[in-house]
Amino acid sequence: MITLTHYLVLSAILFSIGLVGVMKRKNLLMLFFSTEILLNAVNIGFAAVSHYYNDLSGQMFAFFIIAVAASEIAVGLGLLVLWYKKTGSVDLDSLQTMKG
Amino acid sequence: MEKYLYIALFAPIVGSLIAALFAQSPKNLFTGIFTSALIFVSFISSMILLNYVDMDKIVHVEMMDWISAGNLSVPFGFVVDQVSVIMMVTVTLVSTIVHIYSIGYMEHDESFNRFFSYLSAFVFSMMILVMSDNFIGLFIGWEGVGLCSWLLIGFWYKKHSASWAANEAFIMNRIGDLGMLMGIFLIYWNIGSFQYDVVFANIVNLDPSEVTWIGIFLFIGAMGKSAQFPLHTWLADAMEGPTPVSALIHAATMVTAGVYLIVRAGEIYILIPEVGMFIASLGAFVAVFAASMALVNKDLKRIIAYSTLSQLGYMFVAAGLGAYWIALFHLMTHAFFKSLLFLGAGNVMHAMDGNLDIKRMGGLYKAMRPTAILMSIASVALAGIYPLAGFFSKDKILEVAFNNGSYLLWGALFVGAGLTAFYSFRLVMLVFFGEKIYEKDGIHPHEAHPFVIYALTPLALLAIVAGFFEHSFHEFTTQLLSDYEFTLDHSVGAMLIFATSAMALSGIAYAVYKYKRGGFSENIENWGVYKLLSNQYYIPKLYEVAIMKPFTALSRFAWLNIDNKIVDASVDLIAKTIYGGGEKARKMQSGNLSSMLRWMVVGIVVLLALAIFYRPTV
Repeated sequence: MITLTHYLVLSAILFSIGLVGVMKRKNLLMLFFSTEILLNAVNIGFAAVSHYYNDLSGQMFAFFIIAVAASEIAVGLGLLVLWYKKTGSVDLDSLQTMKG
Repeated sequence: MEKYLYIALFAPIVGSLIAALFAQSPKNLFTGIFTSALIFVSFISSMILLNYVDMDKIVHVEMMDWISAGNLSVPFGFVVDQVSVIMMVTVTLVSTIVHIYSIGYMEHDESFNRFFSYLSAFVFSMMILVMSDNFIGLFIGWEGVGLCSWLLIGFWYKKHSASWAANEAFIMNRIGDLGMLMGIFLIYWNIGSFQYDVVFANIVNLDPSEVTWIGIFLFIGAMGKSAQFPLHTWLADAMEGPTPVSALIHAATMVTAGVYLIVRAGEIYILIPEVGMFIASLGAFVAVFAASMALVNKDLKRIIAYSTLSQLGYMFVAAGLGAYWIALFHLMTHAFFKSLLFLGAGNVMHAMDGNLDIKRMGGLYKAMRPTAILMSIASVALAGIYPLAGFFSKDKILEVAFNNGSYLLWGALFVGAGLTAFYSFRLVMLVFFGEKIYEKDGIHPHEAHPFVIYALTPLALLAIVAGFFEHSFHEFTTQLLSDYEFTLDHSVGAMLIFATSAMALSGIAYAVYKYKRGGFSENIENWGVYKLLSNQYYIPKLYEVAIMKPFTALSRFAWLNIDNKIVDASVDLIAKTIYGGGEKARKMQSGNLSSMLRWMVVGIVVLLALAIFYRPTV
């Protein structure tokens, strides 16, 4: 029997993986992947809890997040392509122009 | 009639504000003429009001509400009654003459326009002071004249002594003003109103000890403004200001505001004769005390300043003994001859290239005949010789003291009258007659402009004839003020007049006799008495040692130890902590997206931890 807990644990694991990816990865493309993982971890949580309470608003939120993530990636990838054309690299460390 | 009230009150401030527009620009004769004309307009309005005010014709207006909070309601109210109209006429008359005189006196001063702006602002404040129908308005005017006095004493602010004297006058007045404020608060506390009519109607119902306190505190205010002992030192130092200022503010008008306050609050003081007696005693003391300092001083203006101090003492004797109309009368006549004396001294000072030492003058009669005549008239009036103005008013004060049975006060004033006559003529003799010492200094004296001399003639005329208005003045002012009952026998009165006149004449005669023959020998300067007097009884020295030095030390201590080590240090500590923290936290901002993301995660973790573990107690 798969309970809410299982879903939430899965969501937490995915979130942690995404978090580590965000912190560790130096490749911009990988960074986008990690953010996708983060967002979808949250989506799982929303869908599970929504099902648990028999309330559709959680799932609606998940759809919103998917839409937002899609547009974010569209803009993000566009910028990434431009950046690659300009510098020939998608390494995060090469992206330092401002320094405190 | 309200129209004339407003014109009299606001014409000076219009002049002041317009002159202020030109304050920074070079000398403009227009400002001088314009302000003088507006003050003259104010004078004419005051004369019309003087003509109008009568037994039951008093102009009382409420221009608008000023302060109304809870039960407190203070309107901008003005009243023109028998007392204030006398003050208005005196103030505006002397002011008009001083304004015209200043056009000549200040002609080479670069801050010509600024001077007129201040001078007219002073007249406005003085008008507020005398016309207000409540104690708060009086206090505003009181502070206004104090401010203008500060501005004008320190007019030549680049001169250290001038700005020092200005500050001294201002600070001394703060002491008096604190007393005055306490008096006003006490009045409000007990009566619940600031309006004169309400206060005077209800003061009788108060506990006598409360009335005594009110009387004492108000008198402390009067002591500051009228430079009575022990707050007297500022007046002599205030002579650092331009001479027209000394004539207008420090002789004729502002310093008499204290007397005006006592006269105005007469209904309070009449209930507390013991405070009145104290005022009279202090006045008599100052009359002799200041006159004695005038005997030996060598500074032309300071001699006249001490003389003012002494005459203020006379006024306080009259006011303290309940003879309010006589105090007011002496105030008025004194304003005329004392401002004349000062303005004449201004001419002499100009002729002497700014030198004020009367020992370096002498024989100026030849060069400046009109000034010499005017100053002699003023001196005779000051000495109280029949038929000049001083005779009538000063003699009345002596009579009051005798009538009251205070023979000690009378004796002091009697001696004071002799001293006054002596120092006035010492001054006249040393300045205008005798050997021409100034020639040794290579000075070529010149008389002032004719228009300046003409401007002074009304004052001279009044110094001669003002005394003859005594009866009408008496009738007019006692419609409002309580009358003073003379119980003296007619023959005793005549004896007193004779004795006082003889005293004054002998003072004059002695001065003339002595200085005609070269004056006193130099070695009196080594006498102890001479030193005591010329050092002003060592009172300025005492203040310096007993008050200024310890206070400076205390201030230094507070600055170095409290302010620097505690207040500043703690403020600096906060700043340094934040600055240092910022310096360290700056490294966080590396511009590297990856490290920023890590910091973001740290933030999330912290917030999460807070959300989980922090439970505010509801």
